[in-house]
Amino acid sequence: MTKSKDKSSAELSPSERKTLRCVVGHMIPLSQEFGVPGADNPEIFADILQSIDRDRDAVGEALRVIDALAQGRLIDLPRPEQARCLLDFRNGYRALASVIESAAARCYYRDERVMASINMEARPPFPKGYAVEQGDWSLLDPVRARGRIFRDAN
Amino acid sequence: MTSSLDVEKDTPAMKDPVDVLIIGAGASGAAVAWSLAETKMRIVCLEQGDWTKPSDFPSTGRDWEARTLEDYAISPNRRGLPSDYPVNDDASPIKIANYNGVGGGTVFYAAHFPRLHPSDFRVRSLDGVADDWPVDYHTLEPFYELNDRMMGVSSLAGDPAYPEKKAMMPPIPMGRTGEKFGRAMNQLGWHWWPSDAAILTQEYDGRAACINLGQCGSGCAQGAKGATDVTYWQEALRSRVELRTQCRVSRIETNEAGMATGVFYFDADNNEVFQPAEIVIMACNGIGTPRILLNSASERFPNGLANSSGLVGKNLMLHPYAQMRGHFDESMDGYRGAPICTWSMEFYETDPSRAFLRGYSYQFSRGIGPVRTAITGMDDGLVPWGDGHHAAFRRLFDHSAGMVSICEDLPEEINRVTLDPQRCDSNGIPAAKIDYRLSDNTRRMLDHSVARGIEILKAAGAHTITTKAPLPYAGWHLMGTARMGTDPRRSVVNEWGRSHDVKNLFIVDGSIFVTSGGVNPTSTIQALALYIADQIKSRIYELFD
Repeated sequence: MTKSKDKSSAELSPSERKTLRCVVGHMIPLSQEFGVPGADNPEIFADILQSIDRDRDAVGEALRVIDALAQGRLIDLPRPEQARCLLDFRNGYRALASVIESAAARCYYRDERVMASINMEARPPFPKGYAVEQGDWSLLDPVRARGRIFRDAN
Repeated sequence: MTSSLDVEKDTPAMKDPVDVLIIGAGASGAAVAWSLAETKMRIVCLEQGDWTKPSDFPSTGRDWEARTLEDYAISPNRRGLPSDYPVNDDASPIKIANYNGVGGGTVFYAAHFPRLHPSDFRVRSLDGVADDWPVDYHTLEPFYELNDRMMGVSSLAGDPAYPEKKAMMPPIPMGRTGEKFGRAMNQLGWHWWPSDAAILTQEYDGRAACINLGQCGSGCAQGAKGATDVTYWQEALRSRVELRTQCRVSRIETNEAGMATGVFYFDADNNEVFQPAEIVIMACNGIGTPRILLNSASERFPNGLANSSGLVGKNLMLHPYAQMRGHFDESMDGYRGAPICTWSMEFYETDPSRAFLRGYSYQFSRGIGPVRTAITGMDDGLVPWGDGHHAAFRRLFDHSAGMVSICEDLPEEINRVTLDPQRCDSNGIPAAKIDYRLSDNTRRMLDHSVARGIEILKAAGAHTITTKAPLPYAGWHLMGTARMGTDPRRSVVNEWGRSHDVKNLFIVDGSIFVTSGGVNPTSTIQALALYIADQIKSRIYELFD
């Protein structure tokens, strides 16, 4: 692979980081039931911050929209009002919401604690690979019995 | 070696002349290079990207899914790597996908490897639409077979949707997904069959067998997938074909006789170089090829090179996809195994009782990893934000499977590639701009495939079914923008790939497709490249007549 893209985008400001952390915490919250951290967990959130290079501009725009919907700063609202504001954001700004959803999911679903909770080995696919069942090839007998279905074009 | 012209400032360096210059080291460039190597001509291939290292592929790291959306994203605009050139696809509902590097699109493709059908070459004669090809299935058949051997294809002989084909090695595993959909298709009385796949199921030609990494779409770290960097190129390099990477061609030069004299390109250090050549072969895909031809406009060829027909860049075909996915109560194959396992050609041939001409194939596909499950789940409204997120995610993860339909895209001049008046690549070369819209015939075909797909999913016992038509990020198959034909007024290259206008210029990529068929084009692109190479060899003493 050739060189990676230049990291020309500026990092998020402290204020943007707080808003983003609040947003991803609402999106994927901590769960006692499933024994998993939220996406605002310090380790996961640090991973998110390090991974949004290509989405920096879109994330910034999304955070500005969210604060505008909050008529101030999202983080200053009580939690139920934050949730209502984010529902409006998700319903009204699908493209921007998708950017944050993708950024959060890309990091959340590789955290070892989360992997363990969904019964997935925390390892790369290579070099061990996976097993896949061959399946029952006799299922093709009716397809064979039907005969050819293509048009000859000579 | 470089001539003394190098020392003159602002003058492109001049390389020693070569017999054959190939532009692009992807599916077709590799095949034509390998085939011509036996002539002992001096052959150079220029590739704007670089070699990939299998150890760099996403499947070797814990962040494997994330990287498929970052530096290994299918969109060149998303990747934005130095090897990529921007493609303005704002005016298209289908976004362009490619890979720029040795191996080209085969580095990222799923290795689903169907051939066109005999009827695909006789569309005008059989169905009264578009045009017949100037070659037919039987002409290409030996080159399909040769290509299968070079790429390493697994399959099951006896598919009633095709003329007889030899099987080299057992097909890829059907898995729970293939079996589930196979039973459903039998219930409906519809055709299905294990896919031909350029994926090794046993050791072959020094390459190891597939271990079901599931990441064919972002490079195969095992080397089991037939990408041309591990197949054709290894042989071609041993035969002393020279492959220069990080060399981006800007334009093709011509002389007073209207013959190509060579190409200008930018090397890795951004130096402009002129490479003289006796024969120039374009293998840059259905967007890259018209881009270079249009960028090669000159006083001699004011509308772009090889464009007396006005058809360079026109008739772009992309294969609109529809995606139908469902969820099952039991665990499925999930992220394990080659993503595509079986196909159906039930709705491939024209049926007068349907509301559209021509047809489509289905690819049945396994599940997706946790990241994509979460992203698509949230996007489809199946996974909420908040406390319900975790339970909803677990209902979907490892429980999904589905299919895509690949619809035949008929050629229309309104669908085209032009030069973007604003955007350029990192070398200042104008970017490609895509104008593309779906025809009414295509929309009806997509609708039909969605409706039948839902029937299949229900027959298989799926619930929570989602559909997308057209699938936006699926512009893989780039065809038709320099079509072949016998009439110079209605085609760009002749029936053996030579430009009608420039007698030593050949095109071997998907640009020369006359129609698209309803299946993935790579095996046909490569069979055509081998056929054209064979024609060059057999006509070598009258090549420019």
